[in-house]
Amino acid sequence: MYDVLIIGAGIIGTSIARELSKYNLKVCVLEKDNDVANGTTKANSAIIHAGYDAKNGTLKARLNVLGNKMFDELCRDLDVPFKRIGSLVLAFDDNDVNTLHKLYDNGIKNGVKDLYILSKEEVINIEPNVNKTVKAALYAKTAGIIGPFEMAIALAENAYENGVEFRLNSEVIDIKKEDVYVVYTKNEKFKARYVVNCAGLYADKINDMVSKNRFKIIPRRGEYYLLDKSVKLVNHIIFQCPTKLGKGVLITPTVHGNTLIGPNAEDLEDKEAINTTREGLRFVLDTAKKSVEDIPVGMSITNFAGLRARTELDDFIIKEAEDSKGFINVAGIESPGLSAAPAIALYVLDILKSSGLEFVRKNNFKNKRKGIIKFSDLSFEEKNELIKKDSRYGRIICRCEEITEGEIVDAIKRPLGATTLDGIKRRVRAGMGRCQGGFCSPRVMEILSRELKVKMEDIIKDHEGSYILTGPTKKEVD
Amino acid sequence: MQYDLVVVGGGPAGLAAAIEAKENGVEKILLIERDRELGGILQQCIHNGFGLHIFKQQLTGPEYAERFINILKEKNIEYITNTMVIDITDKKEVYILNEKLGYKKINAKAVILAMGCRERTRGAISIPGFRPSGIFTAGTAQRFLNIEGYMVGKKVVILGSGDIGLIMARRLTLEGAKVLAVVEIMPYSTGLTRNIVQCLKDFNIPLLFEHTVIDIKGKSRVEGVVVAKVDENKNPIKGTEIYYECDTLLLSVGLIPENELSKKAGVIIDKRTSGPFVTESMETNIEGIFACGNVVHVHDLVDYVTLEAKRAGKAAAKYINGTLKRDGIKVVTINGRGIRYVVPQIINVNNSNEVTLFFRVDNIYKDCKLEVRLNEKVIKSIKKNKVTPGEMETVNIDFSKLDVKQDDKLFVEVKE
Amino acid sequence: MEKINLICIECPMGCNLEVIKDKDIEVKGNKCKRGKDYALKEIENPKRVLTTTVILKNSYLKRLPVRSDGEVPKSLLFDCIDYLNKIEVEAPVKMGQVIVENILNTGINIIASRSVEKLP
Repeated sequence: MYDVLIIGAGIIGTSIARELSKYNLKVCVLEKDNDVANGTTKANSAIIHAGYDAKNGTLKARLNVLGNKMFDELCRDLDVPFKRIGSLVLAFDDNDVNTLHKLYDNGIKNGVKDLYILSKEEVINIEPNVNKTVKAALYAKTAGIIGPFEMAIALAENAYENGVEFRLNSEVIDIKKEDVYVVYTKNEKFKARYVVNCAGLYADKINDMVSKNRFKIIPRRGEYYLLDKSVKLVNHIIFQCPTKLGKGVLITPTVHGNTLIGPNAEDLEDKEAINTTREGLRFVLDTAKKSVEDIPVGMSITNFAGLRARTELDDFIIKEAEDSKGFINVAGIESPGLSAAPAIALYVLDILKSSGLEFVRKNNFKNKRKGIIKFSDLSFEEKNELIKKDSRYGRIICRCEEITEGEIVDAIKRPLGATTLDGIKRRVRAGMGRCQGGFCSPRVMEILSRELKVKMEDIIKDHEGSYILTGPTKKEVD
Repeated sequence: MQYDLVVVGGGPAGLAAAIEAKENGVEKILLIERDRELGGILQQCIHNGFGLHIFKQQLTGPEYAERFINILKEKNIEYITNTMVIDITDKKEVYILNEKLGYKKINAKAVILAMGCRERTRGAISIPGFRPSGIFTAGTAQRFLNIEGYMVGKKVVILGSGDIGLIMARRLTLEGAKVLAVVEIMPYSTGLTRNIVQCLKDFNIPLLFEHTVIDIKGKSRVEGVVVAKVDENKNPIKGTEIYYECDTLLLSVGLIPENELSKKAGVIIDKRTSGPFVTESMETNIEGIFACGNVVHVHDLVDYVTLEAKRAGKAAAKYINGTLKRDGIKVVTINGRGIRYVVPQIINVNNSNEVTLFFRVDNIYKDCKLEVRLNEKVIKSIKKNKVTPGEMETVNIDFSKLDVKQDDKLFVEVKE
Repeated sequence: MEKINLICIECPMGCNLEVIKDKDIEVKGNKCKRGKDYALKEIENPKRVLTTTVILKNSYLKRLPVRSDGEVPKSLLFDCIDYLNKIEVEAPVKMGQVIVENILNTGINIIASRSVEKLP
């Protein structure tokens, strides 16, 4: 019997899990996919927003601003890449300038610090590539960029290390409320006093199993371009003025040195429509050009699309179901969900506390998690020391990102380690470079095959069914 | 660690360059190869057609490679495999990494860059759609098939009719897959006619010109691709969509010289070739750093790679013993009308009597003339029945017969 | 009467050839004699060089690249492949070594395209 069952191992589920793992509680996370962070968490803008955008008085606003402050310490403790590079919302006409002032005022009310309105000259001074038709900009120093799935993976590892159980490939198919909750997956059933629904795009489906107060999750698709690391287009996160559809198309450096452009915003019916489209990508480019005229599309290394889970309401749904005590919904976590995640976790804990869950702090909570060593960041001497300990750090597998076999083996062996090609990619970046795995994927697959003791043809790229090879040539069984 | 010459890359370019340097008196040479064995990309090119010029035979890739590997070993040229070059400075300090030695710095008097090229990816051409497994660049698929011994799919569509795509169409068919079509966005193929016949026509594989892939279906594994005709601006034409049910998409959409290391050393890259600016001696803008092979410009014939590499090796040897002439009159080559690029970009007239210019045209031209002009004066005119972007052209210029002044320009043009 | 369309591969021109097979064989579209010779050969007795891999044992390499040391009849290509798919070769192998002699009675040998050392 668990104290808390968390449904969904995205950034929200893992944030809550890690927070709960500080207390003497029996916690389990159920994830339907074969890896953590494999939904919306891996396909978004990776921005930690300052918090001026969300309407004052909403949970979004409050939790964004609170969450934003928590990232320095959290990322230090969890060894997650995070940079506070600041953001600019650009104004191109008087309407825009008006909007800037509204955002500024809203930001102040929300409690955002270090917010400034910059003049055209000041903008061009810090962003020389921005369109010279810019009139002004809202500068938020506290905005930052992060590795979102790195964060979720780190939270999951740390939660696991502190006693939280994880079950992958465990889609919840039914929930019954008896004196406790009984949660059914295909092959197992779990009993828990409290259930936290962080099922992202499927939070409505999970809620429907328990509560008559329904809400609908509408997937909003956003498409992106990712440019080669050699492109240095902007120094800050560059926004345009927000519209009804959201914060609009941005241009930003990523925490790894690429340039990210996107997203558009398209409301869909299909919760699995993570395909990019010609029109969507065209829209992204055309709109982005308003901020920076010369976008070197030829330097694109990949495109992707992410689905954000929104509801018809304008705010997060984070509350105990009125007709089902002990069932906490954390739904509709679209932007600024990532930015708010650490604060959402604290908020959910408060709800659990109010609902009667006893919180006793662990005295042996391990608050630090050491990430996978980034070999290319080490000094000359550190590199050699590491290779002496484990010679696999002397073998480069991913040429584009300089990732060694040692790092890949670590990514497989650690708790909740990678079992797929993309799982490796998300943990150590092998395959994220300009050749997009063309050089390294045979070698990464060989390592996965060896470490997991599976056949090469049984290795999958990402989701179930994504086999890469069909079998040996000559139809021989080795 | 100190060497006279470090050669980065043990493929055909690196091998020939190292051998030539040794034959021209360089003593301490180190050839560095990142793969498990020498030979470079030739090891996976198991088809024939290599060496028609150099050996007057049509060898397979591995055969061509082995000839040079044997010479390298006979001449006792030192080489290391499974070793990556991580960094090169403009002072010719080469940083290498392998399991045995760890991370080491090598000082060299001269460096020859021979890293070859990489393949253009789906992301670089932004094909919309899902991101399932089953999408491979042709070279990666070739590696799986020929080196690792694995099949990549059963029903294949190939985008791009360059030689790699054509070769893989045949290879996959012979290994039991069904290749449904080869789709080419241009109105012509850059591949050899011989390959169109022996890789496509032989197996009744349709070749669609002026078509491209506009969508990829399949959430986990490729389930199909949508192909459409394109207009003059390469935009898909509504109503021409064809759906191919398949489990594999192979991309043969271009090769890009791999110059990340070159840039680290401060080598200036020519946007027209995506490779370094080089002189007739294959020297880059950094003194003592030379380059040859696909890293300079993408070749079609490995024979030309070998010749180019020999030039680099010979020049590196001269540089090391102080006899490489770089002073004096420099001429710049310019790609004129109809020409995509010319290599070498800079010619030291004092250093060369006869220089061969290598260039590519930007379109198919029939019944035309390739003209070389020294400033305004036409110095060479070659009649051609047909020139195509897929086949590199050459022209020899004898500088001893020309009256050349500093900053003179050598134009190569197509005259129709 | 039979009309066959071919592309000549003898030179980069790639002339489109039309072969009319009746009592005699007539070749049209060739700009030179090599084209005519090529067309006649292609019609009468088309042959191809065969290159493929075979299973390799006792080595770090799993497949050995092989080639025919001449041209085999085009019609026998898949039969040769089927034959070669069933054999296994053991390292060490020397480049040029005969892997299959006189494959399917064509008079052509299948030889190794490279040398491979055996596992230590």
